[in-house]
Amino acid sequence: MLDGDPCNILENEFVKPGKGQAFSRVKFRNLKTGRVNERTFKSNESAEGADVIEMELEYSYTDGEFWHFMDPTTFEQYAADANAIAECKNWLKEQYVYTVTLWDGSPLVVAAPNFVNLIVAETDPGLKGDTSGGGGKPATLETGAVVRVPLFIEIGELLRVDTRSGEYVERAKV
Amino acid sequence: MAYNWQPTADIATIKRRAQYLADVRRFFAERDVLEVETPILSLAAPTAPYMDSFTTDFMPLGSSSKQAYYLQTSPEFAMKRLLAVNLGSIYQIAHVFRNGEQGRLHSPEFTMLEWYRPELSLIQLMDEVNALVQQVFHLNSILRLSYRGVFEFYAKLNVLTCSDQQIEQCALALITGLPIDLKLDRDGWLELLLSHIIEPRLAAMNLAVFIYDFPASQAQLAKIKKDDAGNDVADRFELYIKGVEIANGYNELLDADELQRRFTEDNKRRQDQAMVEMPIDNNLLAAMKSGMPECSGVALGFDRIIMLALNKQDIQAVQSFTFSHS
Repeated sequence: MLDGDPCNILENEFVKPGKGQAFSRVKFRNLKTGRVNERTFKSNESAEGADVIEMELEYSYTDGEFWHFMDPTTFEQYAADANAIAECKNWLKEQYVYTVTLWDGSPLVVAAPNFVNLIVAETDPGLKGDTSGGGGKPATLETGAVVRVPLFIEIGELLRVDTRSGEYVERAKV
Repeated sequence: MAYNWQPTADIATIKRRAQYLADVRRFFAERDVLEVETPILSLAAPTAPYMDSFTTDFMPLGSSSKQAYYLQTSPEFAMKRLLAVNLGSIYQIAHVFRNGEQGRLHSPEFTMLEWYRPELSLIQLMDEVNALVQQVFHLNSILRLSYRGVFEFYAKLNVLTCSDQQIEQCALALITGLPIDLKLDRDGWLELLLSHIIEPRLAAMNLAVFIYDFPASQAQLAKIKKDDAGNDVADRFELYIKGVEIANGYNELLDADELQRRFTEDNKRRQDQAMVEMPIDNNLLAAMKSGMPECSGVALGFDRIIMLALNKQDIQAVQSFTFSHS
């Protein structure tokens, strides 16, 4: 915990001149803002540990204000706000399992799985006979994400998408 | 449970290290510097406020008495007692111990190469360190910058004449992420500037430099003299290679009364910080009183210089078994 926010320590360098005082130079990521910062501590200082855990939760629905997730084993519900789902908003689909970082029991960050299968909601008509995949066109998926797809893809098809790069991978098997 | 029993250094490094040891011994043999050994355990310990000695108890069989012994943090005191019997130039490759110091560049147990040269001035000793660094470790030639000069260049401060407050303000302005309530003395702020601002710049420029003429308040066991501008400075140097502190050299203090005063002052600072006082080395004081020759001396971190020579990022990569795997 630094300045009231939970943080993840990325690097901790012990700094001490031969006969001088010891310091720790810490590089950390603020889990609320995602920002990476540096801090110097006297070596005898300590920071409060943050009550942060990661859980695999299933996305249920949104009421417009909150996005509700459920623990598939205990059926316990967790409500994430717009900040927490900002990173994966375009990849949220019911019944998919997401990695949710909880701080003091409430969702801090929701991370999408590396791959999701989504239906094409809108795209220009496919070119019959073109299976080369050359060129490509934009397609809007059911979650609102826009990805570049090959020309032969049509509305209603199920696609496998890499959420890290936001790129089309292949047609998904139903 | 699987035990990670294997060395932390690779086989090639272990072999290179043996070669460096042999080359260092040849370097000193060619210069008629005598290799010595001194006790690792001592009844006395350094008083320096930020130096933590390991301690153990001697318990003679058949008695219930206990005597505290300290593991050396450097072989300095014992070697100076040898200097006082006019043994001439001496060196030692010694394992030394500093409690609590662990990190990428720190190991609680490490190897020190320390040598004393009654014939040489501090400037000539810098020449010899430069020769060793180039001939044995094949590193670049070393530049020389005064402590004042290096701070003027990187922090725009004349640290020998400016106020404590100016140093503090400069550190707070240049170093990001300091605790707002950080309280340090003048030397504390200077060390912070050196380690957080100057060392990274030296590292970025890939420089090897001797920084010399330290503030008199950081004299440690060096003599105090006047610099060109008439300021009191400590007649000592530190060697930094690629931003890493490698060696610390002194024009050795010979005045036993002054040494006793510094030891006592250190112990007072320890008391102020609620740290245990250390037993002063009265044997060293007595040796110095009997007459120690004019002398320059330097201690060089042997593991660290091998790290730099072999381009290793962590001290454990040059130690057969690092502290946590010992």
